[in-house]
Amino acid sequence: MLEKSTQEMRAAYTQTLIALAEADRNIVLLEADLMRATGTQPFKERFPERTFNVGVAEANMVGVAAGLSATGKIPFAHTFACFAARRTFDQFFISANYARLNVKLVGTDPGVTATYNGGTHMPFEDVGLMRVIPKLVVFEPCDTVSLNRLVSQAAHYYGCTYMRLHRREAHVIYDEGAEIALGKGNVLRDGGDVTLIATGAVMVPEALKAAHLLAAEGIEAAVIDMHTVKPLDAELVVAYAEKTGAIVTCENHQIINGLGSAVAEVLAEHRPTPLRRVGVREAFGEVGTQEYLMERFALTSEEIRCQAVAVVSAKG
Amino acid sequence: MDEQELTRLTEKAKEIRKLTLDSIGYLGVGHVGGSMSIIEVLTVLYYKHMNVDPGDPRKRERDQLVLSKGHAGPALYSVLADKGFFPTEWLHTLNRGGTCLPSHCDRNQTPGIDMTTGSLGQGLSAAVGIALGNRLDGIDSTVYCIIGDGESNEGQVWEAAMAAAQFGLGHLIAFTDYNKMQIDGYTHDVMDIENLVGKWEAFGWFVQRVDGHDMAQLDRAIVRAKAETARPSMIVLDTIKGKGAFFAEGKLSNHNMPVDYATALEAIARLDQGK
Repeated sequence: MLEKSTQEMRAAYTQTLIALAEADRNIVLLEADLMRATGTQPFKERFPERTFNVGVAEANMVGVAAGLSATGKIPFAHTFACFAARRTFDQFFISANYARLNVKLVGTDPGVTATYNGGTHMPFEDVGLMRVIPKLVVFEPCDTVSLNRLVSQAAHYYGCTYMRLHRREAHVIYDEGAEIALGKGNVLRDGGDVTLIATGAVMVPEALKAAHLLAAEGIEAAVIDMHTVKPLDAELVVAYAEKTGAIVTCENHQIINGLGSAVAEVLAEHRPTPLRRVGVREAFGEVGTQEYLMERFALTSEEIRCQAVAVVSAKG
Repeated sequence: MDEQELTRLTEKAKEIRKLTLDSIGYLGVGHVGGSMSIIEVLTVLYYKHMNVDPGDPRKRERDQLVLSKGHAGPALYSVLADKGFFPTEWLHTLNRGGTCLPSHCDRNQTPGIDMTTGSLGQGLSAAVGIALGNRLDGIDSTVYCIIGDGESNEGQVWEAAMAAAQFGLGHLIAFTDYNKMQIDGYTHDVMDIENLVGKWEAFGWFVQRVDGHDMAQLDRAIVRAKAETARPSMIVLDTIKGKGAFFAEGKLSNHNMPVDYATALEAIARLDQGK
């Protein structure tokens, strides 16, 4: 079964960013008084002149990042995902995206990973907000290997990106040499009865666990890591809709305008297919442990299993 | 500034004012008030102080202007056209479908526009970022930013003000176009921003206050601000909203107003007659 990495996601992230910055002097880092949370202090120690902490002023951080980008810098700006999306939305929309600049915004603590910070800090809507920004690339790595690949590709791509980052230890999903590309989903497990399309460090492992539970019932589930929610790998969605005839989406986010919506849009237009969405339904966040919150909001392998059984029977 | 230069810049400001009235009048509607109030500061910047190259609008070593009150784009477009960044004929395409001159400044549409603005409050943050980027690259140029007085209601302006002082951005010079009017009334009635000089001083800036229509005062203030290299500079401009447009000057309705072309041409004629 799956094992947890010994390295925290934030440590892998900072290590990746430092390596990128060693090779490219234009990479700069911005924080809004959450450097201790993001874990980017080693970047500051290595590149103090390229590190800008603007204090508790997220809107200004994104605007400053846009200005830095206008001079050719590649700014990576960080805050909790709730603030990245809700508080800086207009600054990110206008000063960065509409201005066609190159700002890499990182939102940490997505969904239930905000745990004890509770409802004020628990973004179930950040992907939904970000998805409506034209041309923005939206992604969420599920482990340290994919994090490294996706962040490197984001750094080398000209254009704004939004990344959800789970800070803590994640399960090991990929081997070191795995091929992972922004905008292309990865098939982690093949199967012919149903496809589980998951995103992020919380739900990709749950989808893999659900696939094992389903196998015990004689249902062979394919599992796709859809790390990039926008642009969505529509080709892969349609291919697996054709192959398995039933789909379950799994996201640590509300079901409105996240991965489930994105997949539903593709299916409705290109290949209508029975679909169930596992995600948060009409609820704000709450305090609790991640395990408690996953049960509370039905973001579990058991829920995915139930929905998969239901959607398989809906195939008729 | 000697008499000859003063005369040259005064004549230039009149030309820019006329071009701006013509472009807005040709369309029939526009942000007359806030465009007219910044004509002099734009003139002193672009015809005296700023190092810009119409043949290479993105030249890395250039001085840059973030027009944070992006709705005053028409005034800046007149300057950029006159300097040769693009043909003057473009001014008659203002705000028409497919134009390169949208109502609010867009760095991707218009040669010579350094930053996309229009959502008020955002420009100073971008100017801070540009100044930081220049410093990292060892580029000794100046970043200018023009903020509206109504815009100064936005909290982000003050977030950026704090950051500019914290980062010691001596090559950042901002202006407040203090024409005392915002869309819904006088600033002191809608949301008073006094004591404006005291506020910027309290935020750690080097602050001056001048008559924003007086070329010599503007020039002296910019020279002093450039000499202050440890702190960012704010120059508060006492201005008149709609200055020089007889049909608009000082009227509360002049923020974004209809202007028929005959009226615009009459305003231009009056400027020529020195009225």
